[in-house]
Amino acid sequence: MALDSKIPNGPLADKWTTHKNNIDLVNPANKRNIDVIVVGTGLAGGSAAATLAELGYNVKAFCFQDSPRRAHSIAAQGGINAAKNYQGDGDSTYRLFYDTVKGGDYRSREANVYRLAEVSTNIIDQCVAQGVPFARDYGGLLDNRSFGGVLVSRTFYAKGQTGQQLLLGAYSAMNRQIGRGKIKMYNRHEMLDVVIVHGKARGIITRNLVTGEIERHSGHAVVLGSGGYGNVFYLSTNAMGSNVTAAWKAHKRGAYFANPCYTQIHPTCIPVSGDHQSKLTLMSESLRNDGRIWVPKKLEDAKAIQNKTLKPTAIAEEDRDYFLERRYPAFGNLVPRDVASRAAKERCDAGFGVNATGEAVFLDFASAIMRYGKEQAHVKGLDENDNNLVKSLGREVVKSKYGNLFQMYEKIVDENPYETPMMIYPAVHYTMGGIWVDYNLQTTVPGLYAIGEANFSDHGANRLGASALMQGLADGYFVLPYTIGNYLSDDIRTGPISTDSIEFEEAEKNVRKQIDKFINNKGSKPVDYFHKRLGKIMWNKCGMARNEKELKEAIEEISALRKEFYKEVLVPGDANEFNEELAKAGRVADFLELGELFAKDALVREESAGGHFREEYQTAEGEAQRRKEFQFVSAWEYKGEPKDAQLHKEELVYENIEVKERSYK
Amino acid sequence: MKLTLKIWRQKNAENKGKIVEYPIEGISPDMSFLEMLDVLNQKLITAGEEPVAFDHDCREGICGSCSLYINGEAHGPDRRVTTCQLHMRKFKDGDTIFIEPFRANSFPVIKDLIVDRSAFDRIQHAGGFVSVNTSGNTQDGNAIPISKHAADEAMDAATCIGCGACVATCKNSSAMLFVGAKVSQYALLPQGQVEATDRVQNMVEQMDLEGFGNCTNTGACEVECPKGISLENIARMNRELIKANLKG
Repeated sequence: MALDSKIPNGPLADKWTTHKNNIDLVNPANKRNIDVIVVGTGLAGGSAAATLAELGYNVKAFCFQDSPRRAHSIAAQGGINAAKNYQGDGDSTYRLFYDTVKGGDYRSREANVYRLAEVSTNIIDQCVAQGVPFARDYGGLLDNRSFGGVLVSRTFYAKGQTGQQLLLGAYSAMNRQIGRGKIKMYNRHEMLDVVIVHGKARGIITRNLVTGEIERHSGHAVVLGSGGYGNVFYLSTNAMGSNVTAAWKAHKRGAYFANPCYTQIHPTCIPVSGDHQSKLTLMSESLRNDGRIWVPKKLEDAKAIQNKTLKPTAIAEEDRDYFLERRYPAFGNLVPRDVASRAAKERCDAGFGVNATGEAVFLDFASAIMRYGKEQAHVKGLDENDNNLVKSLGREVVKSKYGNLFQMYEKIVDENPYETPMMIYPAVHYTMGGIWVDYNLQTTVPGLYAIGEANFSDHGANRLGASALMQGLADGYFVLPYTIGNYLSDDIRTGPISTDSIEFEEAEKNVRKQIDKFINNKGSKPVDYFHKRLGKIMWNKCGMARNEKELKEAIEEISALRKEFYKEVLVPGDANEFNEELAKAGRVADFLELGELFAKDALVREESAGGHFREEYQTAEGEAQRRKEFQFVSAWEYKGEPKDAQLHKEELVYENIEVKERSYK
Repeated sequence: MKLTLKIWRQKNAENKGKIVEYPIEGISPDMSFLEMLDVLNQKLITAGEEPVAFDHDCREGICGSCSLYINGEAHGPDRRVTTCQLHMRKFKDGDTIFIEPFRANSFPVIKDLIVDRSAFDRIQHAGGFVSVNTSGNTQDGNAIPISKHAADEAMDAATCIGCGACVATCKNSSAMLFVGAKVSQYALLPQGQVEATDRVQNMVEQMDLEGFGNCTNTGACEVECPKGISLENIARMNRELIKANLKG
């Protein structure tokens, strides 16, 4: 099947308006006869479910958590971008579009990104109207902060909990519709298959995680807002339950999976402390505004720090290597995420890491504390040469800016970051790849849609900070509810979809078969054993730097691990009860397939772009080297074993933006 | 570290539960409390026993999934943290630790340490929203100026994560801190004014229907709240309710 992205004709700025004007609508009386299934209740799924219900469709929404309010969007810290230009600093729809395409290393689709920038302003208005308590300035107007990789202040925020407040906004919109009976909410339900009837997505099979019951649910269309797949690495900043199962089952039923190798590895996370570690914690990007990143210049100093015989504060200024400032004098510590992460890895690989495992670098606030302290002493007319006074004044300033993050660090690491530099290391954070969708957010399966992090559409090879929230809400509030109408307008006479068809039966049988297999397997190793091993392969061979040899090894190793998993996995308990291990087994089984496709995608992409760095393709200075012949989206069609997947290419055309080298020197 | 865990085990809502003792060793003080339970569970599974079921997800203190009553305190001995952020360095080698579910009539046990908190969702369905449709042409965000003070106070109330520690801590199993936080968020903002009367009445009515008790005025909920939601929110909710009832 040839990929048709269905980008509307006409000038870039008019495409969305023209498209909306030409879309078929469903009249309000007919909407009552149409059912839409939404899987996932994060920013994308939650906002889509609420909006579809407001429009009059009957919505069935599903989440695996005990409440829609707990979807992982809730953990986003920094903020949400919108081209409001409230600061009068020259922002515009075009600039937000430009920054996003450039930040994505010219690997995203122009028309989608422009639409995203266009509706970004509506998101802020909508959320304010819902009562989202965004930060305000003293005049009562909305406040902004700046984020990495851009030259304007366009990020709206609610303390360090922007994701929480936006999600609770979407949740409140859902609650209103649940209260009206327009959304039927299924908590603690996991989608285990999508049902295709006569070539169209017509329902899903779910497992009730409390009772173990397998259920059939039908609808005229199915929307996946099930998030990203960062947990294929086992350790990531994702929630423990975040998984690829819904997306992967859709892939196996015919939805192409796009750019799986594009993964964002965030530079400032708290390093791994031991084998017991279950997840990683992000420290906000905003810390890089004042923190300086360094490692010792001398290898013997690094060794002494690793053995805890030397304190970082005892290393003289001239013996420190501020490697980002050294390599990227123009952007210094504020280079984009992919660049900062790779530079930290390069130093640690060379032996200069600063914790017991050698996988950490320092993020140091000492000079910021002195700088702010001197400023305060001067303003207050105090002695600027009194070191202790300056230090304590400076600490107060740093505390007011980053106090909650410093406290979080201290709780986890048990070290005082005001006294000694923080230790940080990159960690998996977000996946730009996902299910391939056209301009209408429809997958290659008619009637099956993917929104938010679950699709691949807007961030190319690297996502800018504060853009994930924007995309989730844009898709759910302002894009999907319109584009899906065009498809559903053909269904006004269809009537309710029966769940008694042979297709539902077959799908349910498959689901039961897999569950029975796990329960009866009685192997010797728990699920986590395999998940951790998969994570190690992914991190070592498909992580921040990749090469042909190791990617080929990864494909073989993952394939072998999958076989071992099915032979040896041990799932305790019963299928007809609350059984978290059983749920985990299903998720890890899918990660074990996705991981292989991920490695294959990375192998085929013989270039470096954004979060995908191939060691063979770098400049003389060690920077990422993009290649013109790879200016396409890789969309993979399922053909049995993941490594047999068939590649389809969507060529990316840039008509409104000049494709340039990304340089931060 | 070597510890003795005394954990509430209950097969499902119908069965009776009991405390079961598990000795555990090799625990690092750097582990989080839930990672310590992970270690126990891996041991139980490998030994052919059923692991201890507990709710958890983000493991960074924001999703509100994790609960646990640890040595008689919701989210354990540390302050302003959820159980997932509690670290084993808060305990001593050789300690005995009691681990129970959040207990309240309105939070029935599902299995072991997992309880059903859907009553919280139903209270939100009753009025925890502003009735505004997604249209793309609501008024400009800056057309509703809000004083920084009010915005900050609304934000403080809105940081509630819905974990239920307040209910578990209260001897009346009162949900007034939870409901008060949501009522306050909207009461402090102009967007919430239009529906203020109906909102507080409907939410309080649903809260009562769910069987939550009244405020004891002891303030234990505020102490145990991982997000430090203030008791002031209960007072504000009561004022809002009186105002609404007088309006009729």
